[in-house]
Amino acid sequence: MSRAGEARLWLAQRISAGILGVAVVVHLGTIIYAAHVGFSAAAIISRLHDNLLFATFYFVFVAAAAVHAPIGLRAVIAEMTAWRGRSLNVAAVAFALLLFALGAHAVLLLTAGV
Amino acid sequence: MDSRVLQTWELSLWRGTEEGRFASYQVPCRERQTVLDVVTYVQRHIDASVSYRFACRVGMCGSCAMTVNGVPRWTCRTRIAEVAQGNRIAIAPLSHLPVIKDLVCDMSVFFEKWTTAGGAFVPTPGATDNFAHIPPDHAARRAADAAIECIGCGVCYAGCDVVGWRPEYLGPAALNRAWTLVNDARDGAGAERIAAVAGDAGCHACHSQQNCTRHCPKHLNPAASIAGLKRRAAAALWRGGS
Repeated sequence: MSRAGEARLWLAQRISAGILGVAVVVHLGTIIYAAHVGFSAAAIISRLHDNLLFATFYFVFVAAAAVHAPIGLRAVIAEMTAWRGRSLNVAAVAFALLLFALGAHAVLLLTAGV
Repeated sequence: MDSRVLQTWELSLWRGTEEGRFASYQVPCRERQTVLDVVTYVQRHIDASVSYRFACRVGMCGSCAMTVNGVPRWTCRTRIAEVAQGNRIAIAPLSHLPVIKDLVCDMSVFFEKWTTAGGAFVPTPGATDNFAHIPPDHAARRAADAAIECIGCGVCYAGCDVVGWRPEYLGPAALNRAWTLVNDARDGAGAERIAAVAGDAGCHACHSQQNCTRHCPKHLNPAASIAGLKRRAAAALWRGGS
């Protein structure tokens, strides 16, 4: 990882943490509201379908999580094991892509029925 | 803990190198004894083969740091009565550094990291032309002042968990030194120094756990210095640095 790369990762993790901080609160608030009102799963899904606002929010949420988690995991692995270098960076990127793919798939499934 | 009511300290001293064991000694209690006094007593009156390091005995040289009851401390300025558990005290070499013998560590790695972090002052080309005019209340001057009194004792380095997890991590002392120079208007290697500390095991490896700040005997705040370096590295990135 280049020197600018480390600074870039640090910035990316701080920015994604800020987004996650807001997103998690909104997400939990939505869950509590839905549970409090007593929506059924079908009622929730029907409200999500074709809802551009929800789709945008959860895409941002998924993207922030996909950026944040692998950077932290990379640091934890480097501290706890002897795994370093390019192979660890590649694995972290692969984990980021996996998180984003799984999250985006779930968002598309719920909001667009794809 | 009042040392006057005790007869002796039950002392456990690390003997050996990386492989070794704690040996037990009994040392008479004295008024206002420091941990260094007790180790010195063992070496002069009980076992002359005990190895330890000290020089100034007044908290200036930074050579007498040891692990005292599991906590890294400067031993010349640490009253034994304030850190003993009852009358028991265990003294070991600093963590995260190779042990040469008994309480003496090899500090080479520690100071090599100062060099790696750009710890040497690099004068600007015109630095000798005239005195630099730096107002005492200038923000960079104050930032450097807050971090400048490091005595290089290695206590922060021994107390840092990240150093334990990632031995290549530059550590709080080297990064704190770099921060003082980054804030020195007379220094001409700011960009190179930011690049040096923003490497793979540089300032971004710090988790801001602040063990360095907690243990620093000079009450410095290396964690704040490291946070400052992170901000400078981000600013350099923003301006297109590498």
